[in-house]
Amino acid sequence: MEILGISSQALFGQVLIGFINGAFYAMLSLGLAVIFGLLNIVNFAHGAQYMLGAFVTWMLLNYLGINYWLALVLAPVCVGLFGAMLERTMLQRIYKLDHIYGLLLTFGVALLLEGGFRQQFGVSGMPYAIPRELQGGQNLGFMFLPNYRAWVIVASVVVCASTWFLIEKTRLGSYLRAATENPKLVQAFGVNVPMMITLTYAFGAGLSALAGVMAAPIYQVSPVMGSNIIIVVFAVVVIGGMGSISGAIVSGFALGLIEGLTKVFYPEASSTVIFVVMAIVLLVKPAGLFGRTA
Amino acid sequence: MSFVVSERKAAPNLGSTSLRVLAVVAAGVLLAAAPFFVYPIFLMKALCFALFACAFNLLLGYGGLLSFGHAAYFGAAAYVCGYAAKTLGLTPELSILAGTAASALLGVGFGWLAIRRQGIYFSMITLALAQMVFFFCVQAPFTGGEDGMQAIPRGYLFGIIDLNNTLAMYVFVVAVFLIGFGIIWRTVDSPFGEVLRAIRDNEPRAISLGYKANRYKLLAFVLSAALAGLAGSTKALVFQLASLTDVHWAMSGEVVLMTLIGGMGTIFGPVVGAVIVVAMQNYLAHLGSWVMMIQGATFIACVLLFRAGIVGTIIHYLRARRGGSSGQA
Repeated sequence: MEILGISSQALFGQVLIGFINGAFYAMLSLGLAVIFGLLNIVNFAHGAQYMLGAFVTWMLLNYLGINYWLALVLAPVCVGLFGAMLERTMLQRIYKLDHIYGLLLTFGVALLLEGGFRQQFGVSGMPYAIPRELQGGQNLGFMFLPNYRAWVIVASVVVCASTWFLIEKTRLGSYLRAATENPKLVQAFGVNVPMMITLTYAFGAGLSALAGVMAAPIYQVSPVMGSNIIIVVFAVVVIGGMGSISGAIVSGFALGLIEGLTKVFYPEASSTVIFVVMAIVLLVKPAGLFGRTA
Repeated sequence: MSFVVSERKAAPNLGSTSLRVLAVVAAGVLLAAAPFFVYPIFLMKALCFALFACAFNLLLGYGGLLSFGHAAYFGAAAYVCGYAAKTLGLTPELSILAGTAASALLGVGFGWLAIRRQGIYFSMITLALAQMVFFFCVQAPFTGGEDGMQAIPRGYLFGIIDLNNTLAMYVFVVAVFLIGFGIIWRTVDSPFGEVLRAIRDNEPRAISLGYKANRYKLLAFVLSAALAGLAGSTKALVFQLASLTDVHWAMSGEVVLMTLIGGMGTIFGPVVGAVIVVAMQNYLAHLGSWVMMIQGATFIACVLLFRAGIVGTIIHYLRARRGGSSGQA
């Protein structure tokens, strides 16, 4: 079976890969958007925390024999705690300064983490086996769908949807949105805003670590995995605009898909297509597709 | 914006001018004597990066625009200069001009896109665009991929002076640096620089006074990109190499670090910062990835404890002392 001169096997295969990449873009840009909303910090360490999540997963298995399913809970908790510590010791001191200092500080954290893991593990990357329960795959007739990849897509959609629900539809989320608009007023109503800020950063860090755990069996666990993805996620965030949660999710998946399709039709451009889309969006709608003009 | 060590207060102040003259004389003596004491290649590298950092600081320190993608202009110019010298066989000065022109052109396109957004978005856009250049350089046939463009000939300056002579090359690099540095200094002290600072400090107000803010920002961006290209081209001739390292995001990070250490928005700060960072790379190279960690830690320390940078702190100190003594008098 062929579509536009390309075998359906190849086409759907790349669409699947695109969806997988999109799932990671969506989860990471979601965390960035949540953190930026409340802390007004662009978290450059987001990629490093994603890498940290994958490494914690790898270390749990190889040093302690703890399997994937437990790591799915433990790694985000570990990285979340790390994030809380980071927020309490460093980020808290710079909220009053210009936004660029947040970027520079978290960039420093990212360098520190990446350098540390490079020193310890080198750059070549280490494999992480797919958990036994998810090995194998389904033959859908038009393509072969590995079980693990299906799991990643389903899980990431669930994670994104529940985060959206948490922020947009629950009482806790309404506090969060209120604090984004006017932290002083919310604090005057008796909400512990500094604690909420710490938890928000920890949540964002945990979310990126969760993406890291899911990524571990797909990509190699490597110190450079974070910096490779974070720049693309920045472009995704510029395209979607950081103002909206759903915007971050939708643009993440959509751009992953576009990247996958580019790999089929014009592979040379697949690594740059997201940046090109960003440039076009800047020309047509400078505030981003879902952004509020500010 | 509040983050810059402001020179506004110093502008009408005669003291800072004499201080600058003193610094220039000291720097001149240092530049003339240095090759007899320090490894000349190291000096040339430091000078190239100093020019790079000064060009970057023109945009950040005086325009308030944090570009996180300046490696694109530095690296692209290195490739174009290398291509001109090696494949087209142009003389070094023409090759450098070609590299600089290419970066300026790139700066026009990217700057035009990036200034559509402000603040933190501007940084993310410049970073993303620079990554696009990086991927282009990975794939393009003439860059040599992972190996880079090697054995770029230094050639004969104006067809006469042999730049393979290290001392001649050193003098040439010093000249290029001084020209670039002079342009930046002149720009900062010009009416254009004044308007740029006004836009940095309060853009809506500058606009309401009739200044076309975007035009000024774009011009500053292009100038900064072109001078970063001048530095990159010169570096390509010094090392006879243009590689992916030059266009990598880590290079963009390094130039930010140089400016931060030395002092944003100070004339001499980036020079000091560049020398420190280059020295750090040189003497700690055997430590491998520790250099990256040290750079990360330096970033954190600078942001948390030392935002004015070295030169910024010195200026603060001198100004405070002068202020104190005049109060007593």
